[in-house]
Amino acid sequence: MATDTQLDLWEVFIQSKAGLPYMHAGSVHASDEKMALQNARDIYTRRGEGTSIWVMPSKYIVASNPDDNDMLFDPSNDKIYRHPTFYVMPEGAKNI
Amino acid sequence: MNTQEATYKYALRLGDSALVLGHRLSELCSKGPILEEDLALTNISLDMIGRTQALLKYACELEMQGKTEDDLAYRRSENHYYNYLMTEQPNGDFAHTIARQLFISVFEYLFYTELEKSKDATLAAIATKTLKEIKYHMQHSVEWTIRLGDGTAESHKRMQTAINDLWMYTGEFFEMDHLDMFLLHQHIAVDTHPLKAKWQDYIKTALTEATLIMPIDSYMQTGSKKGIHSENLGHILSEMQYLQRAYPDAKW
Repeated sequence: MATDTQLDLWEVFIQSKAGLPYMHAGSVHASDEKMALQNARDIYTRRGEGTSIWVMPSKYIVASNPDDNDMLFDPSNDKIYRHPTFYVMPEGAKNI
Repeated sequence: MNTQEATYKYALRLGDSALVLGHRLSELCSKGPILEEDLALTNISLDMIGRTQALLKYACELEMQGKTEDDLAYRRSENHYYNYLMTEQPNGDFAHTIARQLFISVFEYLFYTELEKSKDATLAAIATKTLKEIKYHMQHSVEWTIRLGDGTAESHKRMQTAINDLWMYTGEFFEMDHLDMFLLHQHIAVDTHPLKAKWQDYIKTALTEATLIMPIDSYMQTGSKKGIHSENLGHILSEMQYLQRAYPDAKW
């Protein structure tokens, strides 16, 4: 990947409605937090997409390594006791 | 001149400033320094063109000649435009674009805050709608002024040059001609004289934080209220009106 020369990178999270979780929308370049918020507003919320924005410097995101996927995310289907399949659904419960 | 004719001209003046600045900013579409800024400037441009549409539409209603806002925007000649000379100044480097926006947005913020109280219900309603947008334009240009002024030696130098270059176009904001006075007496127009001190306070605060020097008033350019313009407007119109001139009444 070419070196990024356009200011710092920030991740943008948008809440579409009060009470709902903030969803990752994308990223923006900006010199600091105020400009990051402005740029995020210009790029991601001009059409009523949200009522609140979070921005955070991308460098603070710690990501898992794809090479570790087997170790981290194998659902271990052979270990049936890990999955809650032995419970009887109580009568009347729609979601559990 | 009756109230209706005067209000027509008043709406036209405000609409023209929004139209010409909107066009200037649209010239930067796809040419912004970074993608984020490209979008920010074109968003401001769109806000300006939206405001133009509302004001020129109202001007058409008052004129009662059966014209549309497009007729007014695209079928007048240069000396029938009444936009502030500031709005037609070239984009220049990014510092000039920002300085122009700073001067105009702070003025518009003060102006439309007063116009909201106008006895003319339509102008007051347009003011309310546009103020929300202006607050953002102002924040955008103040933040950039601070970052460029208090940035590198090069950005500081360019920002100071832009502030100095454009200062002589700020005097026009506070002029009041007989039409303004006529409508002021009827509580329709805004009295811009008292806005000058407030405008200077805002600008001074921004420039001080940006470590820039506020110019001292000397010769001020004037003329737009009479339809007298710099050579820039002709170039803008030749591009903006090209389609209507080459293909009159063209439809999509």
